[in-house]
Amino acid sequence: MLLHELNPLQQTLREVSRLQRDLNRIFGEGSVSHRRYRYPAVNVWSNENSVIVTCELPGFEPADIDISVEDGVLKISGERKPVELNENERYHRRERETGKFSRLVRMPYQIDSDGVEAHFKNGVLTITLPRAEADKPRKIEIKSA
Amino acid sequence: MTTEVKTTDQATPEMERNHEMQRKVFIPAVDILEKNDTYVVMADMPGVSEDAIDITLEKNVLTIHGTVKPVAHEGYELAYAEYEIGDYERSFTLTDDVDREKIEATLKNGVLHLTMPKAAPAIAKKISVKVA
Repeated sequence: MLLHELNPLQQTLREVSRLQRDLNRIFGEGSVSHRRYRYPAVNVWSNENSVIVTCELPGFEPADIDISVEDGVLKISGERKPVELNENERYHRRERETGKFSRLVRMPYQIDSDGVEAHFKNGVLTITLPRAEADKPRKIEIKSA
Repeated sequence: MTTEVKTTDQATPEMERNHEMQRKVFIPAVDILEKNDTYVVMADMPGVSEDAIDITLEKNVLTIHGTVKPVAHEGYELAYAEYEIGDYERSFTLTDDVDREKIEATLKNGVLHLTMPKAAPAIAKKISVKVA
């Protein structure tokens, strides 16, 4: 609903911003599609002994998420199922994405896969990955003959 | 070392204010469903705990606000970041048929569920015309 008439300057500005949005969409900058290639977005924290990977997975149950580590690559995959609608039920707005995802994150060093821990709280997944003992830098003593 | 701690202590209120101002506010993605007798709103707000949700109704505008406490990982450095931490806020204009008194909210796995029952339709009153 147009509440008030726009003056020519406002109309031009509105045109310009619309054009900018279109261009952004075409060239991918700041567009939503950019995100779809890498879902979920991850943040990685590290020190010399372990890595923490966090990602936002709202609406998932811990059972819907699979985590594995192989060859220094962390794999997170899962599925968010759509809400099943009964008769006479309908969407007015549908922005939340559903479906399967799989994401690979390369670790900075070899991981001790038995020591990997994952916590899921308020839709945020936190994975702690300890560095493999064999991969840790070792100080070599020089023996005097 | 001691002086450093002191300086941070003194600057804390101002830093907190700055932090509040600088913190990003995101618009959560929502689904709005209409069922027979209710409207259901689902909003993705990862990182928000139950006590950090604020829901206000002013006239016809329902506003949801979720505050996220950033988690600091002691002894770790942020090596790679693809997403930012921020609060969530979004407003909705309610239609007249929503029963304002019966709105319910639950939070599960970072998704806010708002259930808004429809008000019983006003019973049409029959007005009989009296014959004078």
